[in-house]
Amino acid sequence: MVLELTGAEILMSALKDEGVEYVFGYPGGAVLHIYDALYKQEDVKHILVRHEQGATHAADGYARSTGRPGVVLVTSGPGATNAVTGIATAYMDSIPMVIITGQVHTWAIGSDAFQEVDSVGITRPCVKHNFLVKDVKDLATTIKKAFYIATTGRPGPVVVDVPKDVTANKAEYAYPKKVALRSYKPVVEGHPGQIKKAVELILAAKRPMIYSGGGVILGEASKSLTEFVRLLGYPITQTLMGLGAYPATDKQSLGMLGMHGTYESNMAMHECDMLLAIGARFDDRVVGKAELFSPGSKKIHVDIDPSSISKSVRVDVPIVGSVGNVLDEMIKLIKAARKQPDKAALAAWWKQIDQWRAKDCLRYDHKSKLIKPQFVLEKLYQHTKGEAFVTSDVGQHQMWAAQFYKFDKPRRWINSGGLGTMGFGLPAAMGVQLAHPKSTVACVTGEASIMMCIQELSTCKQYGLPLKIINLNNRYMGMVRQWQEFFYKGRYSHSYMDALPDFVKLAESFGHVGMKIEKPGDVEPALKEALKLKDRLVFMDFITDQTENVYPMIQAGKGHHEMHLSPERELA
Amino acid sequence: MNNMRHIISILMENESGALSRVAGLFSARGYNIESLTVAPTEDPSLSRMTLVTNGTDDIVEQITKQLNKLIDVVKLLDLTEGPHIEREMMLIKVKATGEAREEIKRLADIFRGHIIDVTGTSYVIELTGTGEKIDGFIQSLDGKSIMEVVRSGVSGIARGAKSLKV
Ligand SMILES: Cc1cc2nc3c(=O)[nH]c(=O)nc-3n(C[C@H](O)[C@H](O)[C@H](O)COP(=O)(O)OP(=O)(O)OC[C@H]3O[C@@H](n4cnc5c(N)ncnc54)[C@H](O)[C@@H]3O)c2cc1C
Ligand SMILES: Cc1ncc(C[n+]2csc(CCOP(=O)(O)OP(=O)(O)O)c2C)c(N)n1
Ligand SMILES: [Mg+2]
Repeated sequence: MVLELTGAEILMSALKDEGVEYVFGYPGGAVLHIYDALYKQEDVKHILVRHEQGATHAADGYARSTGRPGVVLVTSGPGATNAVTGIATAYMDSIPMVIITGQVHTWAIGSDAFQEVDSVGITRPCVKHNFLVKDVKDLATTIKKAFYIATTGRPGPVVVDVPKDVTANKAEYAYPKKVALRSYKPVVEGHPGQIKKAVELILAAKRPMIYSGGGVILGEASKSLTEFVRLLGYPITQTLMGLGAYPATDKQSLGMLGMHGTYESNMAMHECDMLLAIGARFDDRVVGKAELFSPGSKKIHVDIDPSSISKSVRVDVPIVGSVGNVLDEMIKLIKAARKQPDKAALAAWWKQIDQWRAKDCLRYDHKSKLIKPQFVLEKLYQHTKGEAFVTSDVGQHQMWAAQFYKFDKPRRWINSGGLGTMGFGLPAAMGVQLAHPKSTVACVTGEASIMMCIQELSTCKQYGLPLKIINLNNRYMGMVRQWQEFFYKGRYSHSYMDALPDFVKLAESFGHVGMKIEKPGDVEPALKEALKLKDRLVFMDFITDQTENVYPMIQAGKGHHEMHLSPERELA
Repeated sequence: MNNMRHIISILMENESGALSRVAGLFSARGYNIESLTVAPTEDPSLSRMTLVTNGTDDIVEQITKQLNKLIDVVKLLDLTEGPHIEREMMLIKVKATGEAREEIKRLADIFRGHIIDVTGTSYVIELTGTGEKIDGFIQSLDGKSIMEVVRSGVSGIARGAKSLKV
């Protein structure tokens, strides 16, 4: 007789066979059988969070920092709805995750049963795909399909909704080694004819520009990109999601582009005659006003998802395929080509770019008596030697972290770009720290964002996660305040953070170390001390200049050449 | 750019929820649906959907790309890109008393409709054709005589020997 397992046991065996290291979750009625099966095994470790949103962000941080799928387990009803923000966050940034949601018994579905919600319906618009498992016989295959879909092609979250009776019923267990779906076959090899056409344009360019994004990180193509860019000697700019794929400290790197990108990146985007987009999706924070976007360039776009191509900006040469494959093909063709880049034109182009660079657009006031947030990040960069994993929340602090921490490696910069989810930073850092127990993991946050998932400090205590929290406390929802200053004549409607907690005591009450830093001179000593506390979570509350704004800035609806620079810059 | 009408034929997994993925996609992204029909094919694991939409070339390009991206969609064809046949079926209930009885019967004959239910005061007529033909029939009736109109929505197929199959 073959051994039959319960659905709950099948689920745990499948996770084990999938090589899952951690499951981030929170129990409840509908998943009690699963939690019982979890209890009886030792292969898959469970991390108990304090809110299901935290579970999804933690799994997401794990995925972003490793490239392996993050796994979440939550109960039906409120467990599932609490997870939605994190699922949508992962969806917008194309992060591979598998989320298992408990569901009421199959016979109770549709009856407004206790803790019933239509999880498949609620998550449909923010997942790559989702499943409701109605028969225990389908469970193992469905889990396999979920991991396959989540991690291939353009990655994304997949929800598997499992009714309680399915976890109790028994079936034979065999985990499929492979699945093939007739309806899902991502294209990874680029079309040779298109690649050839693209290479001709690339080599003929006089003012070339490379714009790369999160797809290079998702596609593990950082090495290929670096080789490609160095081979050509062309300038490269990266999106918020792409930072680290090409080393920021390299001289060919112009930094980030877009709304808060560097002057040199945005000007080069505007003036180039050939624009090569690699694994980037022409987001509106990058493009600005589409009609004014890079008006004089021939455009080439490499993306694994055809729907990313020519969505907001029409391109001349679309190439559907995985970045790594396409870049490697291009490298071969370039090396073999008789025609090589026009050296004189390229030198003139670099001269122009260096003039833009000389504006030193990220300059800020170094003499201030108040702590400048940029200063804290510069020092964080120095004292971690640029090797930390840095997660971030959403707001001004996020932009400064992106501008001032120079990422030379992929998967080190972990932030919510597409959805812009406040509350992401702390739980994401937990996932990163679990995946990289020996590394320094810093969470750059703001006093408003950190409050959104503050309860996870308790999870950090339980699992001994020695995060370094950099709270850039400006007593404002700074990003909101900045827009109100610029576009609403300084009417600061509800962007002021009144009645803030004493963060030092708060950290201490959770069993962590708290520090309050109020003077610029105390910034470095505090960072040094915190970084020495290798096995403790340190919450650093930096009281920063309340009025600091993020520059450069392109107003929504403006072109790349119409940037605002900082007042310091304008004076200089 | 001009809005053009497109008939998109879709083969998809016959899974519960597949239809709502398509409908959800259209509402979430603000695309138009003029009509949508769906039914299983000779292979019970597959459904065939015919979707009529309109939009500029850019929008229709996005529509087909987004549809193709749905995991349940196996194959897709924009019928309007080539020669094709388009048909819709209508069941229409009309008042049929006195002189109108003969008149409506004659009209139904002209349009090659069939009267498939008869009472002393009403007919049900079945009519198949392009959307235009069905519109034409409705217009040629006296508006006051129409009691009920049920249209199936468009289904379509490409002309020639090639077929949309897995
Ligand atoms: C407050 C705030 C301010 C922001 N300001 C800026 C800003 O100034 N500048 C900026 O750049 N962003 C900014 N963003 C982020 C912005 O909203 C977008 O998230 C970001 O620009 C998108 O990055 P991306 O184009 O690299 O695409 P991603 O979202 O990273 O998408 C990746 C693309 O690569 C493709 N892809 C995936 N895998 C592969 C593969 N293997 N091969 C090929 N292609 C692949 C995908 O299909 C997709 O098209 C801001 C966000 C916030 C919250
Ligand atoms: C969940 C959520 N709600 C609202 C917003 C809108 N929002 C964007 S930035 C921001 C303020 C963030 O304030 P803080 O965390 O203090 O960061 P700062 O900008 O001051 O650095 C708000 C409210 C958001 N991005 N996410
Ligand atoms: Mg703030």
